[in-house]
Amino acid sequence: MTDVLIIGAGVSGCSIARELSRRKADILVVEREEDVCCGTSKANSAIVHAGFDAAHGSLMAKLNVEGSRLMPQLARDLDIQFEQIGSLVVLMSEEDRPALNRLYQNGLDNGVEGLRIIERDELRSMEPNISDQAVAALFAPTGGIICPFGLNYALAENAAANAVRFRFNSKVIGVVPIDGGWKVQTENGDLETRVVVNAAGLYSDEIHNMAAEDTMTIVPRRGDYFLLDRSTSGFVKHTVFQLPGKYGKGVLVSPTVHGNIIVGPTAIDQQDKESTATTQAGLDTVREKSGICVKNLPLRQTITSFAGLRAHEPRHEFFIGESRPGFVDCAAIESPGLSSSPAIGKMVAEIVDSILHLPPNPDFIPTRKGILNPQKLSREDMARLIREHPAYGNVICRCETVTEGEILDAIHRVPGAKSLDGVKRRTRAGMGRCQGGFCGPRVMEILARELGIEQSQITKSGGASRLIVGACKDSMKGGSSFEGL
Amino acid sequence: MAAKILTCIGCPLGCSLTVEMDGKHVRSVTGNTCPNGEAYARKELTNPTRIVTTTVRVCGGKLPAVSVKTASDVSKSKIFDCIRALEPVEIPAPVVMGQVILSNVADTGVDVLATKSVPQESGAEKTRF
Amino acid sequence: MKDYDLVIIGGGPAGLAAAIAAFENGIRDILILERDNELGGILNQCIHSGFGLHTFHEELTGPEYAGKFIRQVQERGIACKLNTMVLNLDSDKHITAVNRKDGLFTLHPKAVILAMGCRERPRGALNIPGYRPAGIYTAGTAQRLVNMEGYLPGRNVVILGSGDIGLIMARRMTLEGAKVQVVAELMPYSSGLKRNIVQCLDDFGIPLKLSHTVVGIQGKYRVEGITLAGVENGRPVPGTEEHYACDTLLISCGLIPENELSRGAGIELNPATNGPAVNESLETSIPGVFAAGNVLHVHDLVDFVSEEAAAAGHHAAAFIRCGGNEGKERALQVHCGNGVRYTVPEFIRPHAVDPDEKITLRFRVSNVYRNMRVAVYAGGAPVYRRKRPVMTPGEMETVHLDVCTLLQHPEANHITVTLEEV
Repeated sequence: MTDVLIIGAGVSGCSIARELSRRKADILVVEREEDVCCGTSKANSAIVHAGFDAAHGSLMAKLNVEGSRLMPQLARDLDIQFEQIGSLVVLMSEEDRPALNRLYQNGLDNGVEGLRIIERDELRSMEPNISDQAVAALFAPTGGIICPFGLNYALAENAAANAVRFRFNSKVIGVVPIDGGWKVQTENGDLETRVVVNAAGLYSDEIHNMAAEDTMTIVPRRGDYFLLDRSTSGFVKHTVFQLPGKYGKGVLVSPTVHGNIIVGPTAIDQQDKESTATTQAGLDTVREKSGICVKNLPLRQTITSFAGLRAHEPRHEFFIGESRPGFVDCAAIESPGLSSSPAIGKMVAEIVDSILHLPPNPDFIPTRKGILNPQKLSREDMARLIREHPAYGNVICRCETVTEGEILDAIHRVPGAKSLDGVKRRTRAGMGRCQGGFCGPRVMEILARELGIEQSQITKSGGASRLIVGACKDSMKGGSSFEGL
Repeated sequence: MAAKILTCIGCPLGCSLTVEMDGKHVRSVTGNTCPNGEAYARKELTNPTRIVTTTVRVCGGKLPAVSVKTASDVSKSKIFDCIRALEPVEIPAPVVMGQVILSNVADTGVDVLATKSVPQESGAEKTRF
Repeated sequence: MKDYDLVIIGGGPAGLAAAIAAFENGIRDILILERDNELGGILNQCIHSGFGLHTFHEELTGPEYAGKFIRQVQERGIACKLNTMVLNLDSDKHITAVNRKDGLFTLHPKAVILAMGCRERPRGALNIPGYRPAGIYTAGTAQRLVNMEGYLPGRNVVILGSGDIGLIMARRMTLEGAKVQVVAELMPYSSGLKRNIVQCLDDFGIPLKLSHTVVGIQGKYRVEGITLAGVENGRPVPGTEEHYACDTLLISCGLIPENELSRGAGIELNPATNGPAVNESLETSIPGVFAAGNVLHVHDLVDFVSEEAAAAGHHAAAFIRCGGNEGKERALQVHCGNGVRYTVPEFIRPHAVDPDEKITLRFRVSNVYRNMRVAVYAGGAPVYRRKRPVMTPGEMETVHLDVCTLLQHPEANHITVTLEEV
């Protein structure tokens, strides 16, 4: 029987696991996908909200502000790409100024530091591409951008380094109370644990409903996005939101830590928790709205569009607490969940600790090094690295300049990359302007070699996402008949 | 008597050719802009031929497959027979460009040739990192 | 590291032809930098025949065509470094590159020829809504998997885009045992060669749907289906959707010159070609840096790539021997007139060329034109006229201008290429 079983290896589950690993405990993270960071955590705006938006007094507001405060140190400790570039909420019409003032006051009440309202001229000097109609903006200097995959992997790797175990491809199908704890039934065997933590994201309602007496409903809220080529870098320098008002609710335009520009999201409630398909209407909406508070946005430079689902609960509030003895919910974590994740981890770990009274872990390792990127080294250090490890001299992804050395590192970490997407999210190989056209087959080759499996077994993202379906002419074996001509 | 319509491939004009057939004989070709069009239509409807290109497996080579072609045109109706005949073929490296891979493929009287050289895999190249 | 007179970035058809021409023009210190593990570039995966009709008057496959050039490079003892990635080129012609054997190194040649080729426009850039599962490949990626590695990336295929690679892959996938259901083309015409439409689609009964595009992709993990719709004025027409159950979508929707290095060096690019803006010597805005092949503008025939690259090799050799002739005279800008989308070169310096020579001007038209005349003017004076029965955006047009005719119009301050009614 494990001490703690966490359902879900998204950013919440991994943050909780890492916080709990400060204590001596047997901790297991169970994930239905083949890797960490496969749900809401991988497809979002990649920003750390300052915390002025969530309603004052809510748990969301408290954890957002605290998460935003914890993030700089966490990013240093775990070697995560994070930059506090500041955010702007742009007022597009003077008649909406009361709403801007209310937002400012809400931010002050929440304890967001450095907030101020800036007027047209200052706004324009900060963001030359801001719309000519823009009147003023709420400036939050603590707003940040982050690599969402990097955050999730860093938490998972650090947790693993502190003895947390991970079990993938294990969808939970039942949570049953047993003597002294819970039996968690998965498609990959039954597991017993003293405490269960439900960090199942979009499915946190279903897990909750398996164990709790009341019921809860998560509504998948889809957000469609465009990601623009790095040649657009610098188009905006801050995360630019549009104040909801006369022109409706806008979309954000923000730099990413990788030098792209991200545009989105929509907010479309749907039934299907699996459908991360973008729609023509959704993409059109982003296109229309993106032009409101900035001008001449180079959407022609789009390298990909994608959609993510937020775990929206009608009360629009995080649902964290011990719902049944030994069953701890961390449910309905929608935006600003990524921003709040460091604080969510602490809060849930404390709840678990109050149940189990775990002793401190004297061997806790608080830091982790990310995948070494030779491009960030000095010339001399890079030359030395390649001399010592020639794989760092073998460039696999041309667009993002990712070497074989980085890909090997990604594969051999714990938890390591097992698929094309796993390598992509860890190293950026395939994330550039050609979207894996050149490097895809080469990454498949490396994965097959390193994992000791046939190339035809390599998947894009686990499960049925097989990339190769057979060999040339295999359907003609043994003179089988062939249609045609 | 039947009319067949085909597109001339002689130039970007892509004339739509109407060919009146009398059994197996071409009676008339219309729609062509130049004499090449008529010649193309007659050949296409009486004896269409193609070069077939594909790959065959290589064992012990730097590459797992080598590209091949029929040394000359084969009858269009024999394309899949050629491919099927090549399915079981596996050639040991080294393969030299121009090397005969299969003689008289599918009884066409035409040989299949390698269109690329594939050297043997040297052990040293397998070790990495 | 030893310094070279000429470094050629890219060992595909352009780089090979440029190297041979530079050697024939007296340059001996030549180095080709190639990122793949063999010379020949994309030709290695183009195993179909039809290459070399212009150059060798015989129908070769891609590897055979490349092989002829590779042999010439080897016979001349021209140096190459394989598996070598150029990380940076600066405006002073310093090249930083990396490979496993030499590690990180810098070169500072007298001249550089850019021959990096082009890449395919990926699905992401097309804004096709739907899922992002396995089974969506650019035609070129599928071509590599099938032709170089012997893998079948799918068994039941829909192809978007009727460019030549898409058409060729329709046939390749069919021959290897896949079922290609349909090729959809956004435009009302195909940019592929007529011969490929007939021999890659018609031969196998594969329908080509013009003015159609993909409006939906189904399947979360692997492609399960594709929705096509008719297109009018660039927008899908509601109610025209057709569903195809399939496991693969191949995309052949255009090629983009690979100019990350050029951009990094501050080389001026032509927005119409996405390649460097060059003068009649194929020299970019940085003196001594030349460009040829698909990095300059996307070609449809490799023969023209070789021809253009040989010219770049010739001019680079002259530059190395005599230094640049920049500033010696002013350049005439080439303007695109009616129906002309772009021209290469963009600038012509008539005095920089031997008066007995001809200047090759390549261009593409912006639509399908029948029975029109190509006309070139120096200022207002006509210097070239030729009737063309048909011109299509998919086929590059070539004009050879007499230098002595241009020199007869010293008053001209620009050149115009235009299409006229006959």
